[in-house]
Amino acid sequence: MNSRILPYVLILPVVVFLLAFFIYPFVLVSQQAFQGDDGGWTLSNFQDVISYWKFPISLKNTLLLAAAVVPIQLALALLMATMVSRMNKGRDLILYVWTIPLGISDLAAGIIWLAIFEQSGFLNSMLSGLGLIERPMNLLSYQSPLIVFTAIALAEIWRATAIMLVILVAGIGLIPKEYYEAADVFGASKWKQFIRITFPLLRPSLQTALVLRVILAFEIFAVVAALGGTLFPVLMGETYAYQFDLLNSGAAAAIALIILGISIAFTIVILRVLRVPKGASI
Amino acid sequence: MNKTLSSNGIRPVGSGAKLVYVSSVVLLCAWVIVPIYFLLINTLSSPETVNSFPKSFFPEFDFGSLQFFAEFSGMLTALKNSIAVAFLTMIMSILIGAPAGYALSRFDFVGKNLFRLLILLTRAFPLPLLALPLAVMFIQTGLDDTVFGLSLVHTTLAIPFAVLITFSLFSGIPLELEEAAWTLGCTRLSAFRKVVLPLILPGITASAIFAFVISWNEVFAAAVLTIENRTLTAFLLQNLGTSPLHLKFAGGFILVVPALIFIFAVRKYLFAMWGIANR
Repeated sequence: MNSRILPYVLILPVVVFLLAFFIYPFVLVSQQAFQGDDGGWTLSNFQDVISYWKFPISLKNTLLLAAAVVPIQLALALLMATMVSRMNKGRDLILYVWTIPLGISDLAAGIIWLAIFEQSGFLNSMLSGLGLIERPMNLLSYQSPLIVFTAIALAEIWRATAIMLVILVAGIGLIPKEYYEAADVFGASKWKQFIRITFPLLRPSLQTALVLRVILAFEIFAVVAALGGTLFPVLMGETYAYQFDLLNSGAAAAIALIILGISIAFTIVILRVLRVPKGASI
Repeated sequence: MNKTLSSNGIRPVGSGAKLVYVSSVVLLCAWVIVPIYFLLINTLSSPETVNSFPKSFFPEFDFGSLQFFAEFSGMLTALKNSIAVAFLTMIMSILIGAPAGYALSRFDFVGKNLFRLLILLTRAFPLPLLALPLAVMFIQTGLDDTVFGLSLVHTTLAIPFAVLITFSLFSGIPLELEEAAWTLGCTRLSAFRKVVLPLILPGITASAIFAFVISWNEVFAAAVLTIENRTLTAFLLQNLGTSPLHLKFAGGFILVVPALIFIFAVRKYLFAMWGIANR
């Protein structure tokens, strides 16, 4: 087979697969969202979804959670990545430990933090061991929305910082060491080196890490299901509820498109804000 | 970069700064490990202990919870389904993804950029949402509630990674090696089999393992697309409201164990994968 046709033969399976299971379902979901019971075009699915009393709460919860979690993860991942890059001994071991959560599913992460926050869990055990409380408190209840929020945020930070860490460590590895040597020659402090060299040159990686993380943050679902249950409605959970409990796939599709819209909007903002000037990448 | 800095001795390592540095590393390690340890304690305790208060901070090595998990109706089937779906995903994503990775690394062809865009697009997308329309499509084609149907969706999740990872692996092998084999009488195919394949096999294994983990961990699509043949994640999610604590913890632990092993197995490739994904 000649090399004109061969590449197309090689990419054909992926293209067919993505057309069938990525592009086509995307067309279908848009259709479903804009279609009424009679099969005509309508916005009634969106009206139904948005006017439902749970919608503003779940939208607010999803956005608040992303706003609380992503900046902390970014700071933590940057800190960990710079710490690792200065490490000589034990670098591999430390990196392995720090990237363990990468392989852990959101559901498992939720269950792990449930072990800490449930009524007979380890947080209550610690508090009572220290003599701070007499009886175990019910932490994950509707009376303590702030604790529920904190538990979910902690589980998310615990689970998903690793993905940013990996991207940033890979990105720092691409920065030529000569820049740092030059900075040392001119007597720049470590902090100044971070601000003037690491941060600007890390922009492409920061972009990737943020886009990926923010999109995943809007998809939050199983962590919330494990920790908050119905106490803390989020968009993805509502999608699931529409599909399963209410058997309304039109509304589920409408929420799916709303999540998609928010994700795309934030992706564009991040790409704009962290824009890499043409020809300035390493 | 790191070595030069410290061997130059420029880094001001006052013992105070060093102490802060070391203790924050230790603290961050504890932040990752301690929650998993808590889950381990609960898993290795009897159901009564798991539901009692206060908790001991050491496991009692009782297998009651795990036994309860194994005997819980439908749980072992769910575990089996999870493994089957993950295996199918692993095989399909490599078989479909690797040729494309090879094409990207070896050929310049019209439409290459469009193809890369398609791959990158899938990553900027909340993919599990596509399970909703697929549910309808699968019912029409008889794929609903089957292991194979779900593994198709999981393969869609894993393919972009498979393509990007194999692309970086193939790019790491000089074309000259292949050309040398051609001049010695190999065809393209036999050169690939005898020269390239042995060199990238470890990397391929790593990306296969990665595909396995993606499928093993996926919750939303699994919960939407399966009813009778639930995977472990879908089964646990479905029963979150009703199942006793010791069942949740044992189930969560079973979910975590492969992750620990797999991340260890692919740790060498983790950064190569993401390094290339940045471009």
